[in-house]
Amino acid sequence: MNRVAFAALLSYWRCHPVQLAALVVGLALATALWSGVQAINSEARASYAAAARAIGGDDRPTLFPIQGQSIPVETYVSLRRAGWLVSPVIEGRLEVGGERFRLIGVDLVTAPPPALDADALETDVDASDTLGTPGRLFAPRDLAGRLTQSDLPPVVVAPELPAGIVLADVGVVTRLLDREASLDRLIVLPDQPLGRPPLEEIAPELEQRAPGSQEEVARLTDSFHLNLTAFGFLSFAVGLFIVHGAIGLAFEERRSTFRTLRALGLPLKRLVSLLAVELFAFAILSGGLGMLLGSIIAAALLPDVAATLEGLYGATVDESLSLRPAWWAAGLAIAVVGTSLAGAGAMWKVANLPALAAAQPRAWARASERTLWLQAGAALALIAFSGALAIAGSGLVAGFTLLGSLLLACALLLPLWLSVCLHLGRQMASGPISEWFWADTLQQLPGLRLAMMALLLALATNIGVGTMVQSFRLTFTGWLDQRLAAELYVEAEDAQQAEDLVAWLQPRSEAVLPIWSSELRLFGAPARVYGVVDHQTYRENWPLLAFLPGVWDRVEAGEGVLINEQLSRRENLSPGDPIRIDLWETRVAGIYSDYGNPSGQVIVGINELTRFDNLDRRDFGIRTEAPAELERALREDFGLASDQIVDQDALKRMSQEIFERTFSVTAALSVLTLGIAAVAMLTSLLTLANLRLPQLAPVWALGLTRKRLGLLELARSLLLAVLTFAAAVPVGLLLAWVLLTVVNVEAFGWQLPMYVFPSDWLTLGALSLISVALAGLWPAIRIATRPAADLIKVFAHER
Amino acid sequence: MLLKIKDLWKSFDTGSEQIGVLKGVNLTLPSATTLALTGESGSGKTTLLHLVAALDDPDRGQILLDGKKITDSDDADRARFRREIVGIVFQQFNLIPSLDAGANIAFQARLAGQYDPERVEWLADRLDLTAHLEKYPEQLSGGQQQRVAIGRALAGQPRLVLADEPTGNLDEETSTRVLDLMLELVAETDSALLMVTHSRHLASRLARRIHLSQGRLSETGNAQAAE
Repeated sequence: MNRVAFAALLSYWRCHPVQLAALVVGLALATALWSGVQAINSEARASYAAAARAIGGDDRPTLFPIQGQSIPVETYVSLRRAGWLVSPVIEGRLEVGGERFRLIGVDLVTAPPPALDADALETDVDASDTLGTPGRLFAPRDLAGRLTQSDLPPVVVAPELPAGIVLADVGVVTRLLDREASLDRLIVLPDQPLGRPPLEEIAPELEQRAPGSQEEVARLTDSFHLNLTAFGFLSFAVGLFIVHGAIGLAFEERRSTFRTLRALGLPLKRLVSLLAVELFAFAILSGGLGMLLGSIIAAALLPDVAATLEGLYGATVDESLSLRPAWWAAGLAIAVVGTSLAGAGAMWKVANLPALAAAQPRAWARASERTLWLQAGAALALIAFSGALAIAGSGLVAGFTLLGSLLLACALLLPLWLSVCLHLGRQMASGPISEWFWADTLQQLPGLRLAMMALLLALATNIGVGTMVQSFRLTFTGWLDQRLAAELYVEAEDAQQAEDLVAWLQPRSEAVLPIWSSELRLFGAPARVYGVVDHQTYRENWPLLAFLPGVWDRVEAGEGVLINEQLSRRENLSPGDPIRIDLWETRVAGIYSDYGNPSGQVIVGINELTRFDNLDRRDFGIRTEAPAELERALREDFGLASDQIVDQDALKRMSQEIFERTFSVTAALSVLTLGIAAVAMLTSLLTLANLRLPQLAPVWALGLTRKRLGLLELARSLLLAVLTFAAAVPVGLLLAWVLLTVVNVEAFGWQLPMYVFPSDWLTLGALSLISVALAGLWPAIRIATRPAADLIKVFAHER
Repeated sequence: MLLKIKDLWKSFDTGSEQIGVLKGVNLTLPSATTLALTGESGSGKTTLLHLVAALDDPDRGQILLDGKKITDSDDADRARFRREIVGIVFQQFNLIPSLDAGANIAFQARLAGQYDPERVEWLADRLDLTAHLEKYPEQLSGGQQQRVAIGRALAGQPRLVLADEPTGNLDEETSTRVLDLMLELVAETDSALLMVTHSRHLASRLARRIHLSQGRLSETGNAQAAE
C-alpha cells in the first residue's frame, strides 16, 4: 500500500516540473549560502585550533600575566622550583622576504604532546640540534620553501604543523625575535605534584586560565564569524520563503489526490507519514545539492576571508578548504530542519484535512485582509521586542537578535504596505486595462507576498550593509588622512640602525617622530602601548573623540595617557578616569578612534615609555617637504630594503586595500542574497503562471493580445519591485543604523558616523529592477507566446 | 451577410492519431438572427464557436464577417475583432475575479471604446443586477454570474453574440429565465446570436437550428442556414 500511495503522491511532481524545480532550487540555495559560510567558519576555527594544538597544551590550563606583557624567566624558575610543572611559550612575528609568519617558541622537551610529532618529520633531527645555536625551525611544507633567508636556522619540514606557523625551541625564538629573556605564557602540565604551594604565593602577578581561553585569536575573531553566520542565516531565511511557497502550493493542489487516496482506504496517519518521507527525501536531495554549491562558494570566498582575518586580526587561516564530516551532517540537518519549518503549516493542514475537502489552489494564493492585519500585529510585537532589546540588551548576540527582529517585522509589514499602495493606485486608475491591472495586481499580491518579502530582505540588507561599508570607508579615509600625517615611515633593522637613522635624519627633515611601542597585557587582554613625542603633527591631526583640556600637555608631562575607542568601550573608561598600565597608575586624558584594530591601545609620552620592557624602538614617522628625495637618500646611504621605508600614499593605499578586502566578502554575500531573492521571484512567478491562466484567458478572449498580457505581467512584477524597493530604503537605513551604532560597537568596539549615499540606492534600485525584470521575463514570454489552445482549454474545463 | 463560413476544416492531434472535428463546414448567418447549434458531446460545437470568435485557427477554410476575412489576420486584428464585433458568453462564465460585477459588465465595452454608462445601467436593470453591481464574482450565485457574463457580452452592442452552452451550469428554471432574457436583449440590440447547446428544448426557442455531426452541419430548423 505504501509504495502505491507514495507513487501516486510523487506523480504530481512529474506533471509539475517547475514547482519541483522551485522546491529543489529554493532549498538548495537556502542551504548553499548557509553551509558555505559554515564551511568558512569551521575552516577558520580549525586553523585556530590547529595553531593552539601545534604548541601543545590546547587542552591544558595556562598561566598568563595579569598586567604587563610577559613573564620574567625568574618567575618561571621559581615556579619550577616550587614544584609547579609548567612549560614555557613565547610568540612573535617573523618577517622573511616581506612576508610575516607566526613564530612560536616552546620547550621541545617539556611541551605537552602534540607540540611536534617527531615521527611525522620529513628528516631525522637530533634533539640536541634543535636547541642552542643555530637550532632548527619546524614549518609546514609550503612554508618551509619560503624560509630561505641565510641568517635563519635550518628548516625542517613538519607536515602536521598548521598553515602559517613556524615552531622552534623557546631559546631559538627568543634570539630570532631579538627579545629579552621573558616568556608569554606557561602551560600547566598534567600530573602536578601534590602539596605544591598555591600560585598566589609563588607568582601573584600571574593568573591561571581554563583550557581554550588562551585562544585569543578565536575570541577576537568571534564577531567576524558571527557576522558571516548572520548573513548565511539571512539567505537561509530568504531561501525558505521559496520552499514554503512551493510546498504550500503543491500540498493545496494535491488536495484532490489526498481526498481520493483517503477515499480508497489510505489512513490519514499513513498519508501524513508518506508526505513527511517525501519532504525528508527532498530535504536530503536538495540539501546535498546546496552543500555542493556551498562548498564552491566557500572555496571562492575563503582567500578573501583569510586575507581579512590576517589583516584585521593577524589570524592565519588555511586557504584550502577541507570539508569535514561534521559540516556535512550539520548542513543536511539544517536542510531537514528548514524543510520541516517551511512545510510544517502544510503538513498540519493535511493532518486536519476533512476527507471530502476540495482543492482550493486559488484560495491558497489568496490571503484575506485578516492575514494582513495579523501579520501587521506580529510585526508590531516584534518592533516592541526590538525596542526592549535595544534598551535592556547587551552583547553581540543581542545586537543581531535586534537586527533580525527588526528585519522580520519590516518584512511582515510589507504586504500591508503593498496592499495600501495598490488600493491607492486602483482608486487613481482610469481606463479599463489600467483598472484591471491594479485590481489584478492586488489579487496576485498574496501569491507573490513571500517573494516580495524575500526581495525586501535582500534589498534592505544591501542598502544597510552598503551604507555601513560606505560610511566606514568615508570615515576610514578621513581617519587615515589624520592618522598618517607623516610623509615617510621608516623601520630600522635594529636598535643601532635606529639611532644612526635618527642622527642622520634630524638635520635633513622637519621632524623625526618615533613610533616606539611595547606589547603588554591590559585588563587581562593583549594590548600595545605607544610612545609619542610632543609635536604639532599629533596636536593638529590625531583623531581624538573625547579629551580633557590640555590633553597633549598632560600626555607630554606624563600626567595622562590616550586610549583607543575599543579599550574605552570595553572597560567603560572616559577622559579623567584612573587607569593602571602595568605598574603605572595614571589617568585617561583622551580617547581616539582606531579603526581596523580589535585590540586595546595606549599612547603615552615618549619619556614614560621607559616604564615598559621589550621596547621596539625601530619605527619612525618623518615630516619632510621632499619625501621622494629623502627616501632616495635613505635607501642609498643606509641600504634600506623596500619594505623598510614607505611613503604616506603607499601606506594609505595599503590600508585601503586591506579595508576593501575586508568587506569584499560582505559585498559578495550581499549580492548572492539579492540573487536568491531574484530566484524567489522567478520561482513564485512561474509557480503562479499556471494558476494565472483562468484569470488571463477571459481578458484575452475579450480582446487583449497575448503580447500585451505578457507586457502587463512584466509591468506588474516591476511595479511590485519598485514599491518593495521604496520600502527597502528606509528599512535598509534602519539596518545600517543598527549595524553602526549597535552591532559594530559590540563586535569591534568602535562606533562610526552614518552617511547616506542616494546614488548607491539608485544603482541598487536599477540592479534590482533588472533582476526582477529578468525574473519576470520568462513568465511574461510564456504568456505572450502561449498557444491559443492552452487559453481555450480554460473555457472548456471546470475551474 | 454578417457571418459566412466556407469549407472549414479543423482537426486535433491526440499524440497517437489525428482526429478530424470539422470536415468542410459551411454556414451563413444574417444580422438580427438567432441560431442554435446542437450536436453530441465532442462533435465540435465549441471548436466551431471558438473559430468564429477568432480564438483558434482552422486547418483550412475561411470565416468572413461583414465580408472581411478573419481567418488569416494577425493576433492584433483578431483581438480587435473580439473586442469590437463579438460578444462571448461562456458556459463557465469566465468573469474577471478581481473586478466587481459592474466593472465586469462594462469591461469589454470600455476596451472597445463603446462604453455607455446609461446602457450598462439599463442592462444591469434588465438583468436584475442593480443591487449586485459592487459584488465580486465569488460573492454572486451561478445565475447571477451568468447574467453578468451576458451583460458583459451585450454592453458593447456587438454585431454577433456567441454563447457556448450559456445555461449549461444552471438549473432548468434559471436556464429558462436566462435564455428568455438573452433572447430579449439580443432582439433589442439587433445583434445576431449563435448559441451552442445540448438541449433540443432550448434550441427550439431560437429562430433557426443546425446540427453538427461527424464534422458536418445539417439543417434541422431552417433550410437557409446550412448550405
